[in-house]
Amino acid sequence: MRELSLHILDLAENGITAGADRITIQVDETFLDTHIKITVTDNGSGMAPDMVAAVSDPFVTTRTTRRVGMGISLFKAAAERCNGNFEIKSKRSKGTTLWATFETDHLDRAPVGNMGETITTLIAGFPDIGIKYDHILFRDSFNLDTAELKQDLDDLALDNPLVLTRIKEIINDFIQGKE
Amino acid sequence: MAKLTVEDLKQIKEKTSQDAALRGGETIAKLTVHMGTCGIAAGARQVMNTLLEEKAESKRGDIKIVAAGCLGMCSSEPNLTVEIIGEEPIVYKEMDQNRTRQVFRRHVLKGEVQTDFALGKG
Repeated sequence: MRELSLHILDLAENGITAGADRITIQVDETFLDTHIKITVTDNGSGMAPDMVAAVSDPFVTTRTTRRVGMGISLFKAAAERCNGNFEIKSKRSKGTTLWATFETDHLDRAPVGNMGETITTLIAGFPDIGIKYDHILFRDSFNLDTAELKQDLDDLALDNPLVLTRIKEIINDFIQGKE
Repeated sequence: MAKLTVEDLKQIKEKTSQDAALRGGETIAKLTVHMGTCGIAAGARQVMNTLLEEKAESKRGDIKIVAAGCLGMCSSEPNLTVEIIGEEPIVYKEMDQNRTRQVFRRHVLKGEVQTDFALGKG
């Protein structure tokens, strides 16, 4: 994957496939002052302990369309390539939490990328899923919760294209420091 | 902290009330972007965002855009399925920004199936 934000999209999609109706995404660019920490939590079906242990192996997957599962193994590889760590915790019928750290200044670290597109893709593609997104930078932090947003919007649909465009602008302006 | 402000909402609401069509209505077309790991790595997010832009531009609230999992045709990702009511669904392969725009404008809006990019009938 070319961007960390694409990994986030992929992991969120995993959670939704596991039956989650709420996804929490946290990007902390101040972790230990030297790392970026990405955490994705879902309240989906969770996994049995033996599956948790095996899941970062690319030849383990629940999918039926092909025999290789790449999402989690790619995320883990991306973290380990730049002096980072990866951990997964999961509980049956409770959900799954994944996190990985990436050394910020490492040459092989992929850029965070277009988080605005990742979030709008999730909102537009899965309108029934609640999404909470927190992003911490040294100077400021950003958070968005679709449940709160829905209340603010009244009768406007959350997946109204104009709303999505504005959300995308706000997120990317924040990340690029253009507020 | 950046936020969607009341000012933003007012503007969007005004625009939406001007364009009755943006508010929606019965869905006549459903576009599915396939977003497995394979699709995402190949550029499905850009396809999705291009579709959203096109939808905003066309002011068509009756077109629904959704995401779904892998189709099983990983080598031809990003895939896009276009379902128009009363017609057979068409799966498009290897979509990029330009192809997506072309499919949206020609197939979705005008009903001309773009056979050059079609993988087959879904």
